[in-house]
Order: sequence, then structure tokens, then C-alpha cells
Amino acid sequence: MVIAARGRSRVPYLWVTIVAAFVSLVSLVPLGFIAWITIQTGWETASKLIFRGRVGELLVNTALLELCTIPLTIVLSVSLAWLTERTDLPGARLWAWLAVAPLAVPAFVHSYAWISLVPGLHGLTGGVLVSVLAYFPFLYLPVAAQLRRLDPAIEDAAASLGLNPWQVFFRAILPQLRLAICGGSLLVGLHLLAEYGLYVMIRFDTFSTAIVDQFQSAFNGPAANMLAGVLVSCCLLLLVIEAVLRGGERYARVGSGAARPADRRQLGRWVIPALALNVAAVALAIGVPFVTLTRWLYIGGIEIWRIDLVGSAFAQTVVLAIAGGVLATIAAAPMAWLSVRAPGRLQRIFEACHYYVGSLPGVVVALALVTITVRLVLPLYQTFATLFLAYVMLFLPRAMVGLRTSIAQAPVELERAAMALGRTPFQAVRQTTMRLAAPGVAASTALVALGITNELTATLMLSPTGVETLATKFWSLTSEIDYVAAAPYAVMMVLLSLPLTFLLYVQSRRATGQ
Amino acid sequence: MFLTIDAISKSYGATVALDAIDMCIEAGGRTAIVGPSGSGKTTLLRIIAGFETPGSGSLVLDGKTLADNGLLVPAHKRGIGIVSQDGALFPHLTVADNIGFALAKHAPGRDQRITELMEMVELDGIMATRRPHQLSGGQQQRVALARALALKPRLMLLDEPFSALDTGLRDTMRRTVARVLRASGTTAILVTHDQAEALSFADQVAVLRQGRLVQFGPPRALYGKPRDRETATFLGEAILLDADIAADRATCALGSLTVEQGLKAGQATIMLRPEQIRLTTAAAGTKPEGPVGRVDDVEFGGGNCMVLVRIDRSDRAMPDFLSIKCVGSEIPEPGDLVKISVHGTAHVLAD
Repeated sequence: MVIAARGRSRVPYLWVTIVAAFVSLVSLVPLGFIAWITIQTGWETASKLIFRGRVGELLVNTALLELCTIPLTIVLSVSLAWLTERTDLPGARLWAWLAVAPLAVPAFVHSYAWISLVPGLHGLTGGVLVSVLAYFPFLYLPVAAQLRRLDPAIEDAAASLGLNPWQVFFRAILPQLRLAICGGSLLVGLHLLAEYGLYVMIRFDTFSTAIVDQFQSAFNGPAANMLAGVLVSCCLLLLVIEAVLRGGERYARVGSGAARPADRRQLGRWVIPALALNVAAVALAIGVPFVTLTRWLYIGGIEIWRIDLVGSAFAQTVVLAIAGGVLATIAAAPMAWLSVRAPGRLQRIFEACHYYVGSLPGVVVALALVTITVRLVLPLYQTFATLFLAYVMLFLPRAMVGLRTSIAQAPVELERAAMALGRTPFQAVRQTTMRLAAPGVAASTALVALGITNELTATLMLSPTGVETLATKFWSLTSEIDYVAAAPYAVMMVLLSLPLTFLLYVQSRRATGQ
Repeated sequence: MFLTIDAISKSYGATVALDAIDMCIEAGGRTAIVGPSGSGKTTLLRIIAGFETPGSGSLVLDGKTLADNGLLVPAHKRGIGIVSQDGALFPHLTVADNIGFALAKHAPGRDQRITELMEMVELDGIMATRRPHQLSGGQQQRVALARALALKPRLMLLDEPFSALDTGLRDTMRRTVARVLRASGTTAILVTHDQAEALSFADQVAVLRQGRLVQFGPPRALYGKPRDRETATFLGEAILLDADIAADRATCALGSLTVEQGLKAGQATIMLRPEQIRLTTAAAGTKPEGPVGRVDDVEFGGGNCMVLVRIDRSDRAMPDFLSIKCVGSEIPEPGDLVKISVHGTAHVLAD
């Protein structure tokens, strides 16, 4: 007992720390790969590959995409969130749920639906349109949650100081949404950088599409690797911009008393335009995929439901998703545990490693793993091990978030109380913390699993020969312009994603006690 | 009259929150609306501020109708300041920007006005660049007060502004607020559930219970002559005794006491405040004149002690027990025989 206590006081949770450190090191592999490959390529070749017209074009495209999509997404999601949370909009609960529902449709299925409906859609306009529709829920969720948390007394105070309702919104409400808007915009921005399928279909070149092109034509040549380097720099730049914009602010409620539930503002004659906005958003973001999928299914009839093909892709996807979800949760567990139970400077660095890797595009992680396996450990190339490693890296943050909150819900005092009541330390952990954290663990696993279900780029580049998931099968069929045969795969992905979407919706409600 | 509240009612579904409230408030006065939670006091305040629509009745401020029969002046056009329970400071703005929120961004003399307001509420100048979360509860309330004063409102509403503060701080803040309001000549309405706060802050107190205005008047009158039993005990500790009223005197467990003149004879309940009663320890073996009692228990509380006195009565089987507050130096011991003397008149309750 005494020895154990002494051992623990030096480095708390030594073994857990070692495992977390190992996972952090593995997370650094893609970044290390970029550095290594740049050095190996040599500055002269590298600069020739980086400073050329093509990269400039891609940079302009990326910048335009980010600059057009993010502001539009902010306007749309803040409007929808305010209408559904703070006004007497008829059917607000339903509209709130419908505003999250587009998440159930993978981004590349969104563009598939739009291309089917408007075959001429392409380039920046098409890219921005589909991106806004596919990604606005990422902003809607945090903004709506923040709106629910705001103290209505602050709006009353602003009104008593002579501000009209519009001024109250812009001077008292909007500034308090800043953190939610920053976080959501970062998420959207990173998705815009990482997305591959959406932009290929809409014929808009970004770094992700260019890297996959290069990879398919010249394998892991230096050109692809250097593009990946630029793409990673873009991601890091976004992270920095967000950190600067967010600043060191803390907008928590200052007071102590329980907040009164906020009043809903009466829309009056504005109810028609408000409803129109909601209807339009839902029609474009859910209606279009729904209508096109239904049409293709109708045209295809029963023949497109080839049980041997669709069924096998479905089974493979589910197995990959669940295995990947469990692995990612296990990998994230030590860090999640440490960040709750023994936070410190070292732990924060490890944690940053866990989080950063998830913001890397799938194409970069895949390229890194391809290059490393081919050059260093060839037997691992195109094996399940490599594929799962990529999944773990890409979805580590998702697993972390759920685990952290659930471990935080099981305070260490409960374990101590259990031990005081005669349980051994292991029994205490098993009977209190593990029991309480179980729902969070399950949720994390599900979040990762459903992420894997819709993952396209890394799966395309890394999966062992013969492995076909719903996403890759859908992709190869749409590449052959066989939109009819692709429809069942899209439907399966949407159906599998619905629980995830519902889970996110419920979590964001519960987080604010509703 | 500065503010006239005329038959204001408000219901939420079947629940009546306010039932025909009438109240007149004079310019420059300080009024406290006091009542237990759920009495409708906050609803009344929110109706005056314009955050809530009255179901019926009218509201006239300084000759201008704010609410009457469908006519409704919105909150931002009323020019009424409000300080709420936890200040409701804008978390994204500094102290100076919070205080200057209502002043135009580039108005000449804005900074000077902010400094002036900060001095008025006794806030140190170095606080100007702080954020709300860096302030203590008392400082937050000072900022909220300064912010509400910036536009020189005609009426200031205080919605339990001291209840989130510690006891010591609460008294200091109450004095500061009273002083600032007096200096600026602002009419104020304070809503509180704390009767001591209401009595010491206001020159008019309104007691609300279950949506009804039970009594309205100066604090002394309310404390000394409450209308009914609930108001009597709500406003402070009260000793309630059954008595026979006859010829301006009440006969009760404490003997014959003087009451207000002109009351009709018969059974009634009388009220005495504990400070009207004095206990004197009788010397051992003597039996003093007048009502006496035996000390049953003493609850020591530092400056103020509660003495439980047992009064045996020949005409009843059960003794009466009285809890009487004594000042530190003259506390009897349990078992002592004490003489009970009453000062002033007893108040006869209406019910």
C-alpha cells in the first residue's frame, strides 16, 4: 500500500502516461512525414514543386472556397439558430431537428444529388452551394447551444438601456456567440480543406482532389507529397487564425443565480419570411438529396439492390466501422483519463497532439501511411493494420470528446468512497467510474464508427485489395457515371448516419439541460 | 403622481400572478416591493420595465402612458433603468464599455462621463479595463448600477440586486445604492424577499402576497401596525397573543395592555414586537408585581439572545411560551423568575 502510494506520487498514473505518450507520438507521424519528405526531397526540388502555377491556382481556389463558404454558412446557421431557439417560429422544435439532419447525408452524396438534379453545376459556385448545405449544421449546433445558454437578463439590460430589438441582437447577443461561431467555422473550414469526393464530383479543384489525382497517376511521388505539405500548412494556418480570433476570452455567465428561461420573440408579420428561410434551407439541404435518391431508386427498381454486392459492402462497412470505433476509443482512453484526472503541462501537450491529428485531411494521413509502409515496412502496405491506424488517427478527437466528458462525470471521490466502503482499487474503478463512463464510451465508439462509415479518401487509398465499403463502392459507381446503381449505397450510408445525427442533436440539447 | 399603477393584472394560464395591483409612487421616492417567492413581485417589476405585457390595467409614468389597453411602449423607449440580481453585465465588454454601453460610441465627453459614473458608485479607476468575470459580486453590481445610471433614467428598478452578495457586503451595497440614488434624485423601486432590506432601504413599502397588494405604506407604519397575521410575521418577529378587548385595553397573558383607541370590544389577536418587551430578573425569593414568567431555555447568540419564557396561568391548563429577544448584558439564566414589562401599545390585528 505504502509502496504504491509512493510510486504514484512521483509520476501520477505512470503507465497511463506512457501509453498516452505513445499515442501522441504516433499522432505526430503525418507531420513528421511531411518534414522528413521535404528534407529528403531537398530544398531545390521542393521549392520547384511548391512555387509553381498549379499550387498558386489551388491556393486561390482554396482561399475563395473558404472565404465564400464560411461567411455564408455563418449567416445561414446563425439565422436558423436564432429563429428556432429564440422566436415563436411555428414548429421550432421540428425545424431545429431538420437543421441538424443534413449531417446524415455524407458531403459527397450531397454533391451527387445536386449533380443529378443540375448536371451543369460546377466550379466555385457549385462548390460553395453544396458546401454550405452539407456543412452548415456544424455551425448551427454550437450556435444554437450557445443561444440556449445565454442569460436573458443581459438582453433585458440592453433593452432597458435604450436599444431596439435589432441593436440588442447585434450588440448584446451576437458578440456572445463569438466562441461558438469561431469553433464551428474552424470545423467547417477544416472540412472544406479535407473534403475530396464533393469537389471531384462538382469539378472544382482543391488540394485534396489534386493530391489524389497525383497519387493515382504517379503514386507517392514528391509532387503529391509537396502538395500535402502545403495542405497541412493551410490546416495549421486555419487553426492559428481561429485561435487568434477566439482570443483568451471567457464568455461564461457571470452571475450565480439560475437563468430564467429566455423569452421567445414574437415574429409577427416576419413569420412568413422566417418560415420561407427554414423551408428553403431544408428543401435544398435535405429535399434535394431525398428527391434525387428517390428518383434513382425508382428508376433502378429492384434490380439495383444486388444483395451480393450491396449486402457485402454493408457488412464490410459495419465490421470496419465497429472495429475502428473500438480501436479509436481504446487509443483515446488513456489521454482522456489523464486530461480529467491528472491535468498538467505535459498532459496538455499530449492532448494537443491527440486533437491536432484529427484536423488533418484524410488524404494527408493516407499519403503519409502509404509512403511509410512502402518505404519502411512493406508487409504492412495495404493491410487492415494500416487502414485501422489511419482511422484511429483521423477520429481520435471524436473519441476523446465523448470519453472526456463521461470520465469527468465520474468524480474520483466516488472511487474513494467505494474504497472507503471496502472495495479494492480495481473493484472501485470498475463499479463506479467504468459504470458511469459506459454510456459515454459507447457514444464515442458510435461517433467514430459512423465517421468511418462515411470515410472515403483514406479508405480509397489504404484499403486492402478486395475491401469495398459503402463509400468506396458508391464512389467507383459514380465515377463510371452509373448513378442509378450507386443510389442504394448512398441510401445505406444515410440510414447508418441517421443515429449519429440524432445522437448529436440530443447531446447538444442535453448539454444545455433541455 | 410620478408613477401610477392602476389595476394591473397578469395571469399565466390559470395561474394569477398579479391581481389588480394599484400603487402610486412619488417622484424621488424609494419604494420597496417585498413578498415571499411566487408573490408576483418580479412580474410586477418586469411589467413596469416593459419586459412583460400586463393582462389588464394601466401604467403611467410622469404623465406618459406606458401601458394601457393594448397600447404598449416597448422597453427600450421607456427610459427606465434596471439592475438585476446578478448584474447581467455584458461578458464580452470591459467595465468601461459596459458602463458606456448606452452612450453613443463617439459622443464627446463619453470617457469623462464613464469616469464620473465609476466615481459615483465608488469603483476604482483601474477597474475600467477589467472584464466582468474578473470582478467580485459587489463590484459587478456597482458596474450594473453605473451602467443603468448612464442615461440618467427617471426611474430605477432594482430586482433583488443584493441577494447574491454576502451579508456584510449586502449592507454596504444597500447604503451605497441608496446614497447614489438620493444624490442623483432618481426614483427607485426595489424588489426583494428580504423584509429587513425593504424596511431599511425604502420610504414606502408594498407587501405582495399571492399576487395581491396586502399593504402599502411607510416602513414604520407597516412594521408597527401590520394588517394581518402573515404580514406581521413576514415583516419581523412578532409575539401574537389572544386577548379580550374592552375600553381601549387588551387583557392577555401579559396582563392588561393599552391598545389603539376606538376598537370594538370582543376577542381579538394582538401583536407585540419583541423589542417592546423587557425581562427583569426578580431577586431570589421575591414575587414581583404584574406578569411574571419562568425562564425555560436561553439560546445564546452573542449580542442578541433568545429567551424562552414560560407563563403559567391559573385560568388555563397549558402554559404560554414566549420567545423574547434580549440584549447581551441582561440575560437571565434558565430557571430564573422574570418580570415581564411591556412598552408602548399593543397592535390589534384585523383578522
